[in-house]
Amino acid sequence: MEFLYASEVLVNGLMAGVMYSLVALGFVLIYKASGVFNYAQGVMALFAAMTLVGIMEGRVPFAHMINAAFGVHVENFGWTVPGLLAILLTALVMVGLAIAIEKLVLKHLVGQEPIILFMATIGLAWFLEGLGDVMWGADVKVLDVGLPQGISETVETVTNNWLGYGFFIDRLDIWAAVIAAVLVAALVGFSQYTKQGRAMRAVADDHQAALSVGISLQFIWIMVWSIAGFVALVAGIMWGTKSGVQFSLSLIALKALPVLMLGGFTSIPGAIVGGLIIGMGEKLFEYFVGPMVGGATENWFAYVLALIFLVFRPQGLFGERIIERV
Amino acid sequence: MQDGYTTPDGRQIGPVLLDLKNITLRFGGVEAIKNISFDIREGEIRAIIGPNGAGKSSMLNVISGFYVPQEGEIWFKGHRRGPMKPYEVARLGLARTFQNIALFDGMSVLDNIMTGRMNMMKASLFSQALWWGKAEREETANREQVEKIIDFLEIQNIRKTPVGRLPYGLKKRVELARALAAEPRILLLDEPMAGMNVEEKEDMCRFILDVNDEFGTTIALIEHDMGVVMDLSDRVVVMDYGRKIGDGTPDEVRNNPEVISAYLGVAHE
Amino acid sequence: MFYREAGDFKTSYRDDGQTFPIRLDRWGYYAVLAVAFLVVPFVIDSYWANAVLVPFLIYAIAAIGLNILTGYAGQVSLGTGGFMAVGAYAVYKLMTAFPGVPIVIHIVLAGAITAIVGVLFGLPSLRIKGFYLAVATLAAQFFLVWLFNKVPWFYNYSASGQITAPERTILGWAVTGPATTASAKYLICLTFAVVLAWIARNLTRGMVGRKWMAIRDMDIAAEIIGVNPLTAKLSAFAVSSFFVGIAGALLFSVYLGAAEASEAFGINKSFLVLFMIIIGGLGSIFGSFAGAAFLVLLPVLLKNLLVVQLGWPTDLAAHIELMIVGALIIFFLIVEPHGLARLWALTKEKLRLWPFPH
Repeated sequence: MEFLYASEVLVNGLMAGVMYSLVALGFVLIYKASGVFNYAQGVMALFAAMTLVGIMEGRVPFAHMINAAFGVHVENFGWTVPGLLAILLTALVMVGLAIAIEKLVLKHLVGQEPIILFMATIGLAWFLEGLGDVMWGADVKVLDVGLPQGISETVETVTNNWLGYGFFIDRLDIWAAVIAAVLVAALVGFSQYTKQGRAMRAVADDHQAALSVGISLQFIWIMVWSIAGFVALVAGIMWGTKSGVQFSLSLIALKALPVLMLGGFTSIPGAIVGGLIIGMGEKLFEYFVGPMVGGATENWFAYVLALIFLVFRPQGLFGERIIERV
Repeated sequence: MQDGYTTPDGRQIGPVLLDLKNITLRFGGVEAIKNISFDIREGEIRAIIGPNGAGKSSMLNVISGFYVPQEGEIWFKGHRRGPMKPYEVARLGLARTFQNIALFDGMSVLDNIMTGRMNMMKASLFSQALWWGKAEREETANREQVEKIIDFLEIQNIRKTPVGRLPYGLKKRVELARALAAEPRILLLDEPMAGMNVEEKEDMCRFILDVNDEFGTTIALIEHDMGVVMDLSDRVVVMDYGRKIGDGTPDEVRNNPEVISAYLGVAHE
Repeated sequence: MFYREAGDFKTSYRDDGQTFPIRLDRWGYYAVLAVAFLVVPFVIDSYWANAVLVPFLIYAIAAIGLNILTGYAGQVSLGTGGFMAVGAYAVYKLMTAFPGVPIVIHIVLAGAITAIVGVLFGLPSLRIKGFYLAVATLAAQFFLVWLFNKVPWFYNYSASGQITAPERTILGWAVTGPATTASAKYLICLTFAVVLAWIARNLTRGMVGRKWMAIRDMDIAAEIIGVNPLTAKLSAFAVSSFFVGIAGALLFSVYLGAAEASEAFGINKSFLVLFMIIIGGLGSIFGSFAGAAFLVLLPVLLKNLLVVQLGWPTDLAAHIELMIVGALIIFFLIVEPHGLARLWALTKEKLRLWPFPH
C-alpha cells in the first residue's frame, strides 16, 4: 500500500514534470537558435495566458490606465470570444511580441556576451510582467478553454481493478502530457525535416556562417521567438487552467531553470528528461523527506539537485562537453 | 655540453633548466604530441618551430601546465615536476605570452602589468582592505619595478590607457611586459611576432634579445617566421605532426634533410 | 577649464595610486562627506530618512557587495536576497543572544557569518560559469529563505514567524527599535556605507582586485599567469557576501525593524540589487551608489507623479514602475553597458577640456 501510494506520488510528479518540460522546451528553442538564455519565458507564459483570458472575456486592454487617466469607466467591450478563436488571436499577439523583441532588443545586442543577453531578458521579464498587469489588470483570472478537468474516473477504476488501489490523477495532467508529447514531436520534426528548421540549426551553430550562406538572422529569430511564444501560450493555458492566471504562473520559469541545468541547455530530449526527473524528484522528496523538515521543500529541491549535479557534470545530462583552449 | 656551451657570439649558456622527457599528449584518440624530448638551458634562446598543427602550442601548454601530458616527465632545475595546476607552475618562475593576446581588457596597461607581479605581493586581505602597512609598501615597491619594465619597453605614454583601446602591436608589447614583470626564470613566447609588420617585428626582436641580454632570462619561443627564428635563437626544435624531427643550432637544423623536406619544402639551396 | 588635471603633478607612486588622483575630485568628495555628516543629520526628517536616504545607503552597501562579485570578479549572482536574509537573521540571533555586546559588533559579525555562507554557495563557481552559475545561485536564494521560514530556532520560536529588532543604543542613542530617530538611523547607515565603500575601493585598486578582474576578463589566462582561481573566486564570494550581509543586517535592524524572510528577502530583492549595479555601472563603486540612488528614487518619484499628482491608483503606479525598470535595464544594456558611472566619467572627460574642446 505504501508502495502504491508512493507510485501515485511518482506518477503525479511525472505529470508536473511534463509541465516543466514544456516551459524548458521554450528555453531550449530560443537558446539553440539565438544563444539567448531567455529568462522571460515564464513571464511570456503568464502574458500569453493573461492575453488569452482578456480576449475571451472581451476586456478592454489598458482599461485600468484609461480609466485612471481620463476619469472614464471602461471595462468590457461587452462580447466574449470563443476559446479557439481567442487562442489564434493570442498566438498572433505572441508573434507580434516576437517581432517587437527582435526589433527593439535583440537586434541591438548581437554579438554581446551571453550573460549580458541573459540580464537583458531579466529586464524583458519585468517589462512584460508590468505590461501584462497594466493591460489586463493584476487580478487572479479564471481560464477555461474547455479542457477536461477533475480526477479521472477511468484511471481510478482501472487501477482499482488491477492493483486494488485507485490512482488519483487529474485529467488535465493527462491532457497536458499528451499535448506536450505532440508538441515535442512536431518541433523535432520541424527542426529536423524542414528547410526553416535546418536554417534554425545553422544559426544556432554559427551566426556568421549562417549569414554567409544567405540565411536571414532576423527572420530566424522572429520565427524562433514566435515558436517560443506559442510554446509559452500552451504552457500558459495548461498552467492557467490548473491554478488560475496569476503572477505565480511566471515562477514556473524559475522551475524550468534547474530542468535545463540538468538536461543541458542545447538538448530537446534533455529538456524532457530533465523535466521528468525534477518533477518526480521533488514530489518524492517532499513525500519522503518533507515531513521531517517542515515541508515546502519543492521551493528549493530542484535547484539544489541541479546544483549538486552540475558540480559533477557541468555540461548537463545531454549537453556537449566543453573543451577549453587558449 | 653537460654544463653549458658558448654561443658563436660569445654568450655563456648554463646547465639544463627545463628538461622534457618522452612527452606524449593525447586528446581523445588524437596524439597531439608524440614522445618528444628536449631541454632548455639556462640563459639560452630556444625556439620551437614547425608547420601549422605540428603541436607547438600544445607543447607550450604542456610546459606551462595547462595541458597535462599522458606520458613523460618534466624536470625543472633538476627536480621532477609533479602534476601541477597552471598557477603553481607560474609560481615556479615560468611566465608566458599567448598566441591570441590574452590581456585583461577591462584593466589599464599599468594594472595588467602589475598582475604579473602577483606572486611577489603577499599582503593579507585585511591589510589590503585598509590599504595600510604591508599592502601599501608592497604596492609602491612593486610599482617601481613595473615602471622599470614600462621604461624598458617604451610604453610610458599608454600607462593608464585601458588595454581594450590599444592597437595590436602595442598589446603584444604589453603582454610581454606583463610576463617580464613576473621576473621569470623561463619566458615562454607563443608567436610573439604573428601578425606584425616589419617594423614591429624588428622592435620585438630587439626586446627579446635585450631581455635575454640584460636580465639573463631564458627564453623559449614559438615562431612561424623562419628568418627571425634563425637569427634569434641559439638552438631550435623542429616539430611536424606531433613528432620531433630536428633539434640543434640553426645551422644544423637548416641542413637537416628531414626538416628541409617537412618544413622548408624543396631544396633550400 | 575649472575641472582639470593639468599642473596636478604626482611626485610619488603612492600619490598616483590614491583614490581620487585629481585634486578637484578630492575636494568634491570631502565636501560631500562634510555635508553628509555635519549638515544632513540636523535637517533630516523621518520622511526623507525612511523613503530615500536610509534605503539608499543600505542598498548602496548591498550593491557594492554584488558589484565586487559580479562587476569585478565576473561571477553573476541571483542569491543576493538570500544572503541579505543571512545577515538579517544572524544579527537578530546575535542581538537577542548577547544583548550586552555593542550593536556595531553584531552587525560586523553578521557580515562575517554571511561571508562564510557565501563561500559555501560560491564553491560551485569553481566548476561552472556564466549563467549556469547564475542559476546555481538561485539555489542559495530559495534554500536560505526556506530555511529561515521553516526552522523556528532562527526566529526564536515567535508566533508570527517574524523577527523583530529590540532596541539597542550607541553612546546612549537608540539606533534600532521603535524609538530610533531619523538622524540616528541615517548616521549609522552612512557610517557603514562610507567605511565599506572605502574598503571596497582599497580592495579593488590593490592586488586582490586585480586578480578578481583578471578572472573576470579572461579566466584561463589568469590561471596560467598565476591567479589561483579557488582563492580568487572564493575571496570575491566572501567579501561580497560580507557586504551584502551587513546590508541585510542594517535593512532588518535599523530600517525595517521587523521582517519575515520570504517577504523581505525574496527573489525580487536579488533582482533589485542586480539592476542597481547594471544601471549604476558594473565594476564601479561610484556606480553602485548611483544605481542604488536611481532605483530608490524612481518609485518615490513615480508615486509622487502618478499617485499624488495625477491621482492614479497605487497598484497601477507599481505596474508602470515594473515596466519602466525593465525597459531601463534593456536600454542601459544596449546603450551603455557600463551604466551611469560611465556616463559620469564621460561628462568629466568632456569637462576636462571645456570650454576648449580641441
